[in-house]
Amino acid sequence: MRELPLAKAINESLRAAMLADSSVMLMGEDIAQLGGVFRVTEGLQEQFGPSRVVDTPLAEAGIVGTAIGLAMRGYRPVCEIQFDGFVYPAFDQIVTQLAKLTSRHEGTQAFPVVIRIPYGGHIGAIEHHQESPEAYFAHTAGLRVISPATPHDAYWMIQDAIASSDPVIFLEPKSRYWHKGQVDVEVPGLAMNQAEVARVGRDVTLIGHGAAVAMMQQAADIAEGEGISIEVINLRSLSPLDMDTVMESVRKTTRAVVVQESPGNASLGSEVAATLAEQAFYVMQAPVLRVSGFNAPFPPAGLESIYLPDTDRILDAVDRSMAY
Amino acid sequence: MPYTDATLSLLAPDGTLVTNDRNEMYHQAISHLGEADFREFYRVMRVVRRFDIEAGNLQRQGQMALWVPSIGQEGAQVGSAFATRSQDHIFPAYREHAVGYIRGLDLINIIRMLRGVTHGGWNPKETNNFHLYTLVIGSHTLHATGYAMGIGFDGACSTGALEEDQAVLVYFGDGATSQGDTNEAMVFAQSYQTPQVFFLQNNHWAISVPVRVQSRTPLFERAAGFGLPSIQIDGNDVLMSYAATRLSMDAARSGQGPHFIEALTYRIGAHTTSDDPTKYRDEDELAFWQARDPIDRFRTYLTSLGVEQAFFDQVEVEAEDHASDIRARTMALESPPASEIFAHVFTDDHAGITAEAAWLEEYLASFEEGSS
Repeated sequence: MRELPLAKAINESLRAAMLADSSVMLMGEDIAQLGGVFRVTEGLQEQFGPSRVVDTPLAEAGIVGTAIGLAMRGYRPVCEIQFDGFVYPAFDQIVTQLAKLTSRHEGTQAFPVVIRIPYGGHIGAIEHHQESPEAYFAHTAGLRVISPATPHDAYWMIQDAIASSDPVIFLEPKSRYWHKGQVDVEVPGLAMNQAEVARVGRDVTLIGHGAAVAMMQQAADIAEGEGISIEVINLRSLSPLDMDTVMESVRKTTRAVVVQESPGNASLGSEVAATLAEQAFYVMQAPVLRVSGFNAPFPPAGLESIYLPDTDRILDAVDRSMAY
Repeated sequence: MPYTDATLSLLAPDGTLVTNDRNEMYHQAISHLGEADFREFYRVMRVVRRFDIEAGNLQRQGQMALWVPSIGQEGAQVGSAFATRSQDHIFPAYREHAVGYIRGLDLINIIRMLRGVTHGGWNPKETNNFHLYTLVIGSHTLHATGYAMGIGFDGACSTGALEEDQAVLVYFGDGATSQGDTNEAMVFAQSYQTPQVFFLQNNHWAISVPVRVQSRTPLFERAAGFGLPSIQIDGNDVLMSYAATRLSMDAARSGQGPHFIEALTYRIGAHTTSDDPTKYRDEDELAFWQARDPIDRFRTYLTSLGVEQAFFDQVEVEAEDHASDIRARTMALESPPASEIFAHVFTDDHAGITAEAAWLEEYLASFEEGSS
């Protein structure tokens, strides 16, 4: 067991994956000598050389498009997109090509490409550096979309992503990069497609992913002082969604609140709420509520604390749910 | 007049050889070819053109939603494809029917794709590395470049063994040169000095928009701006296409980095069967290019070499037989089973897909006899 910040856990895990499999390679902007703008790939080019840790030209479509060709060649490329808001130049290659190529090849060619994207707010950054684009990708068949919330999950989920034969969008909650946690490098965590009951409770289920998980835990601590017992579900996987775990919790608590940094409109929270309405309508005592970023562009950093869900907004939703 | 002073050719439109200081190295590059090779070039151009006409007819008769003709571009395609070596990888756009044929693709598979049976149609591992068509313009140029990067990382080029060193040939059109992906592909190719040739078939029209709207600069000069050695050739000259591709591919596989060929040709037909070129092109331009047809000029050349009429007659018979066979097999193509919708979305299990597939199976079964 080791105590590592989330960014360092990914770094160590990438190293382990590259040692275990010579077809694993990294590519992205500033990932080699600089080690990435968040230093997630620090020291890896030194260890593995310039053809396994590749600094690319500044062109996101080029990164993903050439990763597709490298996958055809037998490589397992792990691409870094520098920030969430910079993924869109690569959107066509991801959605139109990467996601559909296995299908187009009628299963004769796998595309084991991982796209790492630091995402989410809480870091006071300028425009395009704090977005949560997960719904675009979860909407697209052919992509797996996952997001760790803890260093231990980050360590094991990136290895699962690299081992997967399918393309994986790996969303790293950048506000959690520097938070330390216990990482057991011997014992794997849950499989990457499973949700986790992060806290056991009785009255309300809070459901979220990435940086929202820590915030839901804080809200649960506060609620506990007020006599409300909260269960926290860390989704971990956004495609597929592990609705079995969510459903089991909601059958017990009969109340659900979804928490996410992304805008609520047509979001992962919408999908969870719709599925609960389809499959758990009669066991629920209250409608599913969503606590989300607003349906507006991510604001200047001076307003991010209002835009992003916080414990107050989560507890407000919990109170409304309990009042039914 | 689309040709420029830079345009290289070996065979003039009248079927006579062109000899000058600039094309001497290209004559050298075809010096190992004999009459048997030339007959094969002709045979493939003629068989594939006849196939193309048949496929267009099948579309008009309602057997396909769409057909993508390559008529007029056979010289560029046949010469370049025969210039590749067996270990090479070919990334076509979606009009390279003759290239696929040369690499061993059964052309019915292209029809399968356009008839709505599949989005792909073949397994590149079984078609001598002739990869799938890509319908989004220019996207595949990056896949080709990534593949070529991998060849470089693997050390599978630049050893000096021409029969073993690998290279990539990627086809695209004049419209694709405006796409970001194509330009990024040239940037990446130059950055990593990939063993690769960019083969531009400038057929002068991106559906209804002429090449002069895509670029005020001759396109091969634009490639030079990326640092790629680039040439412009008469793409309706099958011998020039062979020579240019042979030299460029062998240079690329030998460690001299990516190369670029602009082949000037013309889309005699429509972009696809869904458009009507009479609305935007003038008759004179079409006539200019029809007078420079790649097959006619090569036939004249072969005749001058002494190839007898019986050969040409025999090729016509083969082309007719091939077209009839394609027609019969097209009519016999059936839609795949419903389970294909989900079959290859993911390689590993995905709970969401599994659940929907199970639901659909049950739903469809509910209509079968005996269900209530």
